Amino acid sequence: MAPVLELRGITKSFPGVLANDHIDLMVEKGEIHALLGENGAGKTTLMNILYGLYNPDEGEIFVNGQKLEIKSPVDAIKAGIGMVHQHFMLVPVFTVTENVMLGEEYVKYGDVLDRKKAADKIHEISNTYKLEIDPDAYVSDIPVGMQQRVEIIKLLFREADILIMDEPTAVLTPQEVEELFKIIHTMIDQGKSIIFITHKLGEVMEIADQITVIRGGKVVGSTTPHESSLNDLASMMVGRDVNLEVDKTESKPGEVVLEVKDLKVLDPQGHVAIDNMSFNVHSGEVLGIAGVQGNGQTELVRALTGLLPAIDGEIYLLGKEISKNSPRKITELGSAHIPEDRQKDGLVLAFPITDNLVLNTYYLEPFSKSIWLDQKKILQNGKELVENFDIRTPSPTTSAGSLSGGNQQKVIVAREFSRPIKFLVASQPTRGLDVGSIEYIHKRLIQKRDDGCAVLLVSTELDEVMQLSDRIAVVYRGRILDVLDANTATKELIGLLMAGIIPTEEEKQKLGSKQKQIRLT
Amino acid sequence: MSTQTETKTIQISKGILKLERRKRIIMGAVFLVAALFIWLMFVSDLDPGVETRFVMTPGGASAEAPDWVFPTSVYLNIIAGISAMLGAYQIIRGFGKRTYSILALVAIMFIFSFLAWATAGGSTNLAGLLRIMVVRAVPLTLGAMSGILCERAGIINIAIEGMMLTAAFVSTVFASLSGSLIVGLLAGVISGGIMGLIHGFLCIKYKINQIISGTVINIFATGITSYLSSKYIQKVDYQYLNEPGMFPQINVPILSKIPFIGPILFSHNMFVFAMFIFVALLTFLLFKTRWGLRLRSVGEHPKAADTLGINVFKTQYMAVILGGMMAGFGGTYFSLGSSGRFDEVMTAGRGFIGLAAMIFGNWHPVGAMGAGFLFGFFDSLSVRASLLQVNLPSEFLGMAPYLATIIILAGVIGRGHAPAAEGEPYEKE
Repeated sequence: MAPVLELRGITKSFPGVLANDHIDLMVEKGEIHALLGENGAGKTTLMNILYGLYNPDEGEIFVNGQKLEIKSPVDAIKAGIGMVHQHFMLVPVFTVTENVMLGEEYVKYGDVLDRKKAADKIHEISNTYKLEIDPDAYVSDIPVGMQQRVEIIKLLFREADILIMDEPTAVLTPQEVEELFKIIHTMIDQGKSIIFITHKLGEVMEIADQITVIRGGKVVGSTTPHESSLNDLASMMVGRDVNLEVDKTESKPGEVVLEVKDLKVLDPQGHVAIDNMSFNVHSGEVLGIAGVQGNGQTELVRALTGLLPAIDGEIYLLGKEISKNSPRKITELGSAHIPEDRQKDGLVLAFPITDNLVLNTYYLEPFSKSIWLDQKKILQNGKELVENFDIRTPSPTTSAGSLSGGNQQKVIVAREFSRPIKFLVASQPTRGLDVGSIEYIHKRLIQKRDDGCAVLLVSTELDEVMQLSDRIAVVYRGRILDVLDANTATKELIGLLMAGIIPTEEEKQKLGSKQKQIRLT
Repeated sequence: MSTQTETKTIQISKGILKLERRKRIIMGAVFLVAALFIWLMFVSDLDPGVETRFVMTPGGASAEAPDWVFPTSVYLNIIAGISAMLGAYQIIRGFGKRTYSILALVAIMFIFSFLAWATAGGSTNLAGLLRIMVVRAVPLTLGAMSGILCERAGIINIAIEGMMLTAAFVSTVFASLSGSLIVGLLAGVISGGIMGLIHGFLCIKYKINQIISGTVINIFATGITSYLSSKYIQKVDYQYLNEPGMFPQINVPILSKIPFIGPILFSHNMFVFAMFIFVALLTFLLFKTRWGLRLRSVGEHPKAADTLGINVFKTQYMAVILGGMMAGFGGTYFSLGSSGRFDEVMTAGRGFIGLAAMIFGNWHPVGAMGAGFLFGFFDSLSVRASLLQVNLPSEFLGMAPYLATIIILAGVIGRGHAPAAEGEPYEKE
């Protein structure tokens, strides 16, 4: 029997990059095929080609042995290919039913929506695949895990046989991931085939039948979980041996550097984002903030750096109340910030690296004299930092926008770390970076900690939080549910808290005594 | 694993609940203030024995209704009492989903109180006032629906004014030349559609900022129509170009004979009826059909629509063209439905007020019509301000609805639910 899907020699280039270079891929019916690769390896591009969002420069697609031209998502849907996008494609103000049937509506009297019939079909799907859902709920009212279910139902509604899931676990708690894996197995039992895109090795080992590894737009290997190990996969993915563990010594916490008391912050829409939050960060320690994205992390960081006003509560940095201070004032006190969106909040992309490196010091000696900037000093500073922080660039005056993500992040780290700082907020410091850059940033963060800096690490990657932190605070809907010791905290316990469930003391004991899981990037 | 043991799931954050409660209390306070205002400003100002006389038959109408005479302060006390009770209930329990309907009710009661107070000791033609209100609401509502069509598909349309003005001009010339109102009407609608297409071309194909594109169209329309008007159709030699005639009044059989309601609702030219039909039709199409679901999905999340095989650009073009045609239809009201000729800048900002009606009506045709009625009422009232017993500058009355809009939008409702992707040109990557 022909494989359910076969890609032959898919090539796609964007200006300046060869995103896919003659990629071959074969998926058998009833198989969970993991597509493993680093951020930027070309996984998503490949799947967007398969789904008709991009047109390939070269290559052929065969579905059930038939050669197909997939020019748009319509063609893909017709061929039985469906995709759960990394960022959900749901209309928040529509109901579940409306979202599911959009584009494939059930109608009566010509054009009138038949919501009842569609809801019935959704019920049927949800029974067959054990996907619990309320068809009449508005998408904006349901949690992220359930929204993902809606995305899956959307595909099943269209009777897709090949389901592409692009980083489906990125927004889920560990328990929701378990749930998702169950759903995936149910779908396999019903005869579907699944392409599972991820950069998380642990997941691949757990769920995949077949693994294809992509690096730099090329297929570098094909294997199965039985034939390979985590370290094999990691080095295949990165192209060299990697150390998955972060080397760090026991922390030596000193005095309190940051103290947050009953902080309350509204998001720009006026909803309460931070609700009576209190915590401390000591010098020489990393406090990790764990939580599912959108539980107030962004607003917390913005409030601490002076970008968002607090409506209530106090923030003390080195004993000084700063909640009403401007970002510059806070920076001058010795606070540094690695923002979650480096391109939007971290850099001026059109400016040269040299200028980006003095964005928060340009008005001070030696870069500025009275009203003039000292271009020589700025250039000299740029050259030194490019050297010291290993920023890979043709020249220090290249614009920041033309650097790779990892190097852009290094520019920010160089800027923030080259001043004397006592407090560092690092928000999603490694999001979207390659493994090499991740290792580098992690090393630098731990180094700062050991120099006596207080570090607040905000990340939605639970593994990262668990690896780097000395203490872990779990946030849920703008509150800290618990602060755990990183040495004893388990993934299960944090996962429960991330879902808003506070375990009893007894349960805590049970979860805490379990052996620590292998932690992976 | 966690479900067997007793665990505590944290429900919606208390903070959000608090915010909801604050909103509820503010709304209740608004009702209470309305009641207090009636007592303090109106009732305390009145002689207890004074009466209000509302004439219930508009001038020239055939269906007669007797005048409505009532003791002013008694009625106002009752209204204020009801308003205060509604306010108290809103603060304590809240009306939930019906809050906005109750707000509308209180607003109507308040306006009625104002009118009764201002008329006390004399008489006002209430029926006439309401009849004019309906007429004045027509261009506002049609303009608002043009905006709804475009914005629900994600394209901001502030060019309604220019589209209307163009259509008013084109319809005048075509109707005058052909001697047929229908030809004029069609020409006006088509010209609106073409303006919509231009707007779409600039916004969708060339991704020009939608506000700028709209402004350009407005300035262009004002300029070209004013030039052609002053150069040609206002001149005596070209008078034949500016005599389009007007759509006649239609008295709907039986319905127009109903006292009070008949003359207000069922004795108009076809534009008023068309407004009601379009409001109903657009509501149905937007919220009950496949066409509407797809249109709205494009305005909310174009990428999602695209991945489901909906052609975003095609949908947006269709929406702006239809929106332009709707504005064009509204524009012909000025020439063929209201004055029977073309005058320079005769739309006088009605397109922009239509836009305000759209926002006030929360991008919903029925809401927009309600806002159109509200604005139309004050418009109608300001014309007759001199006839009232109290001395209020008509400018103040003209200002009142917009002031109310600002207060209500800013203080009570907050930012309405604009389509999420509006104003952002869609990029296919």
